Amino acid sequence: MTTLLEVSGVSVSFDGFKAINNLSFDIGPAELRAIIGPNGAGKTTFMDIVTGKTKPDSGEVLWGEMSRSLLKMNESQIARAGIGRKFQRPTVFEDQSVFDNLLMALKKDRAPWKVLFYRETTADKARVEELAEEIGLADQLQRKSGELSHGQKQWLEIGMLLAQEPRLLLVDEPAAGMTLAEREHTTDLLKEAAKTRAVVVVEHDMEFVRRLECRVTVLHEGSVLAEGSLDHVTKNQQVIDVYLGR
Amino acid sequence: MRKSFVARNPSVLIFLALLGVFTLAVTVLGEGLGVGLISTSFVKTLGKTLCLCLVAIAMDLVWGYTGILSLGHFAFFGLGGYMIGMWLMYARTELIVAESLAQAEIPPTPDEIRDAIGTQIFGVVGGSDFPAVWTFAHSLPIQLALVVLVPGLLALVFGWLAFRSRVTGVYLSILTQAMTLALALYLFQNDSGLRGNNGLSGLQNLPGAADVPQSMVSIWFFWASAAALAIGYVVAAFVVSGKFGSVIRGIRDDEARVRFLGYSVEGYKLFVFTLTAVIAGIAGALYYPQAGIINPAEIAPIASIYLAVWVAIGGRGRLYGAVIGAAFVSLLSTWFTGGQVPDLPLGIYTVKWVDWWLVLLGFSFVLVTLFAPKGIGGLFDLLTGRHGPDRHGAALGPDQGSLREKEAEQ
Repeated sequence: MTTLLEVSGVSVSFDGFKAINNLSFDIGPAELRAIIGPNGAGKTTFMDIVTGKTKPDSGEVLWGEMSRSLLKMNESQIARAGIGRKFQRPTVFEDQSVFDNLLMALKKDRAPWKVLFYRETTADKARVEELAEEIGLADQLQRKSGELSHGQKQWLEIGMLLAQEPRLLLVDEPAAGMTLAEREHTTDLLKEAAKTRAVVVVEHDMEFVRRLECRVTVLHEGSVLAEGSLDHVTKNQQVIDVYLGR
Repeated sequence: MRKSFVARNPSVLIFLALLGVFTLAVTVLGEGLGVGLISTSFVKTLGKTLCLCLVAIAMDLVWGYTGILSLGHFAFFGLGGYMIGMWLMYARTELIVAESLAQAEIPPTPDEIRDAIGTQIFGVVGGSDFPAVWTFAHSLPIQLALVVLVPGLLALVFGWLAFRSRVTGVYLSILTQAMTLALALYLFQNDSGLRGNNGLSGLQNLPGAADVPQSMVSIWFFWASAAALAIGYVVAAFVVSGKFGSVIRGIRDDEARVRFLGYSVEGYKLFVFTLTAVIAGIAGALYYPQAGIINPAEIAPIASIYLAVWVAIGGRGRLYGAVIGAAFVSLLSTWFTGGQVPDLPLGIYTVKWVDWWLVLLGFSFVLVTLFAPKGIGGLFDLLTGRHGPDRHGAALGPDQGSLREKEAEQ
């Protein structure tokens, strides 16, 4: 299997604290992967490095068939290359309608000049409505997203992520603040998305991870502690010591 | 669902209609063409106010919509004024010089005319040679182009440097203040080539229109200012109405998120910064011929701060708010500082408004910021019954589901 994203030997430290220590990680073009680990294991920092927010001190991050280095690109270039990110706290544009939020995320030319003269086509509109249907917000399109409930905002953000049509989705704690039914819906969405693209989910909630039925990578102190099926890693003594046994 | 541009921006039609009625009223009541109820100087004040409204729209675009608190847009405004002022001064001096030299027995050579113009213009700073910046002063089309190009290029270079280094927030505000201060200090020097602290004067006289009375010239400029404001309003409404507007408001609210959506935030900021600098330059080019004089004090840092105060009081994030704020505060300011407001005797101390106006303005700015963040424009929401989402109540947290505090109470 080819790899879509290959992170090798990456280290980064903040004021002497090694947040990521010689981390290696790779994922294929259509794969669902969960990353678990205790607080401070470097999960978010890992995402920051892949999306260009943080530059690592050493190591290499390669992307796609051409093995382009992501380290030379800035956040927006990386996003345009096909990496979408969902933050832990739902970050949608609260002052704008659900429709505008989704339209902004839709995969289109992002150059200022093109956007200035952009007028949405029927196809774009249909796509936005289709996405809204998928995330259960079809009848909320004209509402300001600031009025949505916490779970709806989470979904809207997932919807925006799907609208970007990324090849790799990085999802930080998607189920936080969701009811049980909402969690199930989210699981379905992520599993569906992983059929056509790579999805990396960072999650604390073991039940949620179990429902994803995918390979699991356990991070600890900035490097990979174990990798495999959930059952496999939960039997690993080291994993039990640092994480599960707490 | 997608409505036409006007339907999405009902304020545009209302604004244009009101501006049209206002322009007509001033024309009818003015001295130039009408019954003369409004004095020529007041027509000029109104015309200048329209220019200030235009630069306020630029400020609203850059601050209210994109979230860049630029405190340097009056530098662009002043530069626009200087560019047109150079032509006005040169062309008029040229006519005067040509007239006086025509009396001489030997017809003057072009060089002699040019030297004489130089002596006339630069005598006041002890020079007579034309500095390089005056190279194109004889040409109206080139100076008109420079009205747009000089502020635009300065904004482009400054913005590129600042945004590329990801300077944001209060640091960017300070940087823009430094820019306008540096420019003002430079222009204060006699050898800056723009007559130092004397500035450019006599701008109210249009070359070649010496026999047209000022009452008429003032109406011309009033019309031009109204037209520029109308176009500026429509352009600004166009910029903020579509997806571009979504993106820049997104940048205002959460810059990092927009970046992760794949938009190059720096490019958008630079675009808006440059566009608004150009609008400010055009506003300045219309303002100073009505004011008659421009000097470096006009682009002192305080001027740009006033601009932010106008927009804040009027209501940022809505174009008509900026217009209302600029018109209201600047006219009120003219009234107070003009000494027309009766003093307020308090027994032991008499409040002279000329001195106390700034205190009053500062106080109202603080009050608006604290208690009416939407400014005067917020009053229109009361009329149309539009309310912002009630963000009261924190999320209840993961375990209790997705309800927010307010919803959970119901």
